[in-house]
Amino acid sequence: MIRLTDVQKEYDNGTLALRGISLTIEDGEFVFLVGPSGSGKSTIIKLLTGEVMPTKGRIMINGFSMTNIAERQIPLLRRSIGVIFQDFRLIEKKTVYENLSFAMRAVGAKAREIKKRIPYVLELVGLDGKMDCYPAELSGGEQQRVAIARALINNPSTIIADEPTGNLDPARSFEIMTLLERINRLGTTLVVVTHEKDLVNQFQKRVIALEQGRITGDGIGYNVR
Amino acid sequence: MKHNFTYFFSEGVGNMFSHGFMSFAAIGITVACLVVMGTFSLVAYNAEVQLETLESEYEILAFVDETCDDARTQQVGRALSKIANVKDVEFITKEQATENFEKKYENDYMLQDLDAEIFRDRYAVFVSDLNAVNQTAEAIRGVEGVAKVRVDEDIAGGFITLRNVAGIVCIALIAILLVVSVFIISNTIKLTTFDRRDEIAIMKMVGATDGFIRWPFVYEGFFLGLISAVVAFLLQWLLYASVAKSLTMSDTMQLLKIVPFETIWQPVMVIFGAAGILIGIGGSLTAIRKFLRV
Repeated sequence: MIRLTDVQKEYDNGTLALRGISLTIEDGEFVFLVGPSGSGKSTIIKLLTGEVMPTKGRIMINGFSMTNIAERQIPLLRRSIGVIFQDFRLIEKKTVYENLSFAMRAVGAKAREIKKRIPYVLELVGLDGKMDCYPAELSGGEQQRVAIARALINNPSTIIADEPTGNLDPARSFEIMTLLERINRLGTTLVVVTHEKDLVNQFQKRVIALEQGRITGDGIGYNVR
Repeated sequence: MKHNFTYFFSEGVGNMFSHGFMSFAAIGITVACLVVMGTFSLVAYNAEVQLETLESEYEILAFVDETCDDARTQQVGRALSKIANVKDVEFITKEQATENFEKKYENDYMLQDLDAEIFRDRYAVFVSDLNAVNQTAEAIRGVEGVAKVRVDEDIAGGFITLRNVAGIVCIALIAILLVVSVFIISNTIKLTTFDRRDEIAIMKMVGATDGFIRWPFVYEGFFLGLISAVVAFLLQWLLYASVAKSLTMSDTMQLLKIVPFETIWQPVMVIFGAAGILIGIGGSLTAIRKFLRV
């Protein structure tokens, strides 16, 4: 579960990114986080992944309290979250298999587990047979699927996707969102940050709208108030 | 998390090869720095040995009064050897002194076939510490039976000044070179790490601990340092041997006694190895510190 209570974030340069946000996302929910640039979406992601700490308020995510989390606990928090980025952030010099095994190795997985888990996850995202390809040999949609596979590989309870379809055409965007919906049906909590109104409206999911660091809507569909 | 030696080792070695050009650059710079520092240290070491040899040959001459008989002369020798700071005492008869004198001026016929009676028996007194040469000379003058003492204070002072200046210059230059080397190497490794900031960010993102991220870099730094040390050591050996050879063959420089590399290769190897590994690991750790703050 994710719970933000009256969260405020002011950066060192004086920018007030969040002005008292409160929201709750239950386990297994699929939530779109929408809003224009500078509305505070990225700050929420950074707060949830422990990249920045709140100036005021309380944040609970997957049983970790971000208000008093010890630095050594941040890696444990991150293992419970999978993150997907608009620009995929794959390692170009590594194959699909190596990109995934690298993420599993990083959390101490054993070679046997890695060999067993990777084919399963690649099949789940529809990339079986692409194990030995390098990212440059894949299309944008396929690269994003690898990034999704990497986010899933350590079996996190929550996936946070930051503009996952920002670099894809509408057909590929729909495929990716459908894939994320399928992952959500398997029990993973999904938080998807996006600008794409049409895409959001194709999925009848909860939408939290942000503007200038405040929640301006929370409900089903993009134009929520 | 358990220390996964096999994984860290293979990652460290693998990273070194997969970023071949930057590894080559880091090794090249480390080798250059080690050879420069090594050359300077070896020159300083040779100068020190040279100075020590010259110092050990420095002597105070104590002339025995011509009224002393053999027994009395021997007594003077025993008294001299008991003086503090006296390392060794060597008796030179007036006949030997004549011979030495004639040899020194062998081209001057006026100074040949001299009568030994115009010379005095003498003791060459060798000291342990050149700083105390004046006090020692004073003590020698106080020994009964010593007619005259010849001490060259300027030469002793010259040795002391030379040693002090050489010591200070040597320490200062090595310190400057070390700081410059670490700075250059750290920046070179920083460039190799900059190339991999995405990998580090991804590892952080999936929940890798700082220790897990750091270890492959430590291994990589260790191997880069070790390879650099081996290459630098071999180059240094080659350079030293060829310079030593040309100096011994030179007409003007052959008086210099160059310490043979064969007698110092072990400490040189240990110092090169330790310096290379320290610089490699230190440079790696300094370089990734910035990228771990995510």
